[in-house]
Amino acid sequence: MPAATDTRPTKAKITVRDLTMAYGSFVVMRDLNFEVAEKDIFIIMGGSGCGKSTLLRHLIGLREPAKGSILYEGENFTATDPDDRASFIRRFGVMYQSGALWSSLTLAENVALPLEEHTELPPGAIRDLVSYKLSLVGLSGYDDYYPAQISGGMKKRAGIARAMALDPDILFLDEPGAGLDPLSSRRLDDLILRLRDSLGSTVVIVTHELASIFAIANNSIFLDTETRTQGATGNPTDLRSHSENPTVRTFLRRGGAEPESSLLSTP
Amino acid sequence: MSDTTDHARPPRACWRRHGASVVLELSGDWLQGGPPPEITGDPPDQTPDRYATDDLGRFDSTLPAFILARLRMLEKPAPGEPPDTSARPPLDGLAPDLHGLMELALAVPEESEAGRKSKPPSEVSKIGRTTIAVWKSLETLTEFCGMTVLALGHFLTGRARFRARDFWQIVQECGPRALPIVTLISFLIGMILAFVGEAQLANFGASIYVADLVGIAMVREMGVVMTGIIMSGRTGAAFAAHLGSMKANEEIDALKTFGFDPFDFLVLPRVIALVLTMPLLTIYANLVGILGGMLVGAAVGVPPILYWHETLTTVDLTNASLGVFKSFFFGAAIAISGCIQGMHAGNSSAAVGQATTRAVVASITAVIVIDSVFAAIFTVLGI
Repeated sequence: MPAATDTRPTKAKITVRDLTMAYGSFVVMRDLNFEVAEKDIFIIMGGSGCGKSTLLRHLIGLREPAKGSILYEGENFTATDPDDRASFIRRFGVMYQSGALWSSLTLAENVALPLEEHTELPPGAIRDLVSYKLSLVGLSGYDDYYPAQISGGMKKRAGIARAMALDPDILFLDEPGAGLDPLSSRRLDDLILRLRDSLGSTVVIVTHELASIFAIANNSIFLDTETRTQGATGNPTDLRSHSENPTVRTFLRRGGAEPESSLLSTP
Repeated sequence: MSDTTDHARPPRACWRRHGASVVLELSGDWLQGGPPPEITGDPPDQTPDRYATDDLGRFDSTLPAFILARLRMLEKPAPGEPPDTSARPPLDGLAPDLHGLMELALAVPEESEAGRKSKPPSEVSKIGRTTIAVWKSLETLTEFCGMTVLALGHFLTGRARFRARDFWQIVQECGPRALPIVTLISFLIGMILAFVGEAQLANFGASIYVADLVGIAMVREMGVVMTGIIMSGRTGAAFAAHLGSMKANEEIDALKTFGFDPFDFLVLPRVIALVLTMPLLTIYANLVGILGGMLVGAAVGVPPILYWHETLTTVDLTNASLGVFKSFFFGAAIAISGCIQGMHAGNSSAAVGQATTRAVVASITAVIVIDSVFAAIFTVLGI
C-alpha cells in the first residue's frame, strides 16, 4: 500500500466549506467541510445513492451549491461567474462513470479535441501528444477505434487519457472501477497511483469499492445517507479501525467484524 | 419433499385451529403452471402462529410468494397508524429450506414510503399541472431561441467553436441524404395534385390549367410544407435522438468540463445546417413536383412543352420565392425543436425515445402553424 506512507503535504488544493447540495427543495447533503491536499488521492465514498456523484458534479461546476463554497488553492470557485471559470476548468480533468467518450469521434480525436480547443499546438504535436496519452493508459494502437468498438475497461482508460489531455492538476474520476473485473480494476488502481506519483496530480475519486479504497487512498470523506452529512474524513485505513462513527467503521468493514451488524439484522 | 412422482399433486392451503393457535397447513406440489389455491377453512384475522408442512411436496417460488403476500395482507396496519416493524411473524413449522427463504424475504421490513405511489391527481390538479408544464415549455422555448440567437452572435463574431467536419457531416445528413425521400414524396404530391385538378378541369375542357394548379400549389405551399414534414420526421428526430443519447451518456457534461459551450458546439451547427439546406431542398422539391404534374399532364394529353410554358407564365418569381422564404423559418423551427428536446432529455434510453417523439410532434406542429401564419400575412399583403 504505497499510498499509506505519510506524504501529507501542506497546501490545500481543494477546500470545501459548509457545502449544502440540493435538488430543488430536496437536500442531498448538508454542511460538508473538507480539504484535499496536493497529491492526495482523495476518495468520496458512501452508500449507493447518497450523493457521491452529486458532490463530484458540484466540485467540477456542473451543479451550483445551495449553500457554501468551493475553493481551489484559495480561489473561490463558487463565487466566480460560470462564464469566467475557464482558468479553473483548464486545471481539471474529469473521467465520467461511463467514460462519456464522444461517440462520434475516434479515441485519438477524443483526446485531441481539448488540445485543439485550448492550445495553439500544431497538428503534428497534437498527434504526438495524443498517442503518448493513449500509451500511458495502455491503449497505444487504438487511436482510430470508435468508443463503441472497445470494451468497458478500455473506455474507462480512454476516458482517463482524455481527462489527462491538458495535463490537469486535479483528476476527477467517477467510479473508475465499477463494472470492471478484479484484474482490470487492479490495473486501473496501479495506473492511478503511478500517474499521481509521476505527474504529481491530485486525484479525487468517487467509489465504494473497498479494495480500491484501501489500495490507493490516503484521504477520504464518507457521506452518510442517514444523517445527510459527512460521516468522517481522513485516511480510510485509519477510519476503519479508529473512526468514532460506527456507520463508517461498518461500511469500511463490509458490514462484518462487528458483531451487532449482521447483514440480516433489522435496522 | 418427495421428488419421486412425476405427477404434481394440486397445491392446497388450509387454516386449522389447534386450541388457541392458528395453523396454516400447506400440502401438495406448489409449482408454477397453475394458479395458487384459495385458502380453505375459517380465515383468522391474524398471522398464523405455526405452519404444518408435513405433506408438502415440491415447491418453487410460487409458495414463498404466496405466504409472503398473505402475511403482508394480514399485517397491514390500521390506516393512520405506523406499521409495526418490530414484530416478525413466527415461521415455526416450515420446512428448513422454506424457512430460510421466508427469513430472507422478511429480513428487511417493507419500506412504507418506497413503492407506495402517491394518489393519482384529481382532474382539476391535472389541468393545473398541464398548464404549468405548457407554461414551462414556452419558457424553455423562448430561452432556447434566445440562446440560439446569442450563439449565432458568437458564430458571426468568430467566437463560437465547433468542428468544421461535424458541420459538413450534418449538412451531408440534412441535404444530400434526404434527396431520395424528398424526390419520391414531391413527385407523388405533384402527380396527386395533377390527377385531382385534371379530373375537375377536364369538365371545362381546360386541362392545360393543370400546369397552373400544380405549379402554384407546389411552389407556394406543398413543396415547402412536405419538405418540412419530411425533415421533421427525418432530421428533427435524428437531432433529438443524437443529442438525447449524448446527454444520457454524460457526453454533454464532458463537453462542459472541457470548456466547450454545448450550445455553440452542438446546437448551432445543426441549426445553421438545416437553415441552409431547407431552401435548397424546397427548390428541388418544387421542381420534382412540377415534373410529376407534367407526367400526369402528358398522360391526359397535355404535351410537356405546352405544360412547361404554361407553368412558366403563372409561376413568377414572387410565387416561387414565397415557398423558399418560408423554408428558412421551417428549417430553424425543425432544428430548434429537435435540439431543444435532445438537450432537455432525461438520462435514460426511454427518455431519449420520448424526446424523439416530442421533437417530431413539435416540429410538424411548428411547420403547420408557421405556414398558417404566413398564409394569413400573405393574404393581408395581397401576394
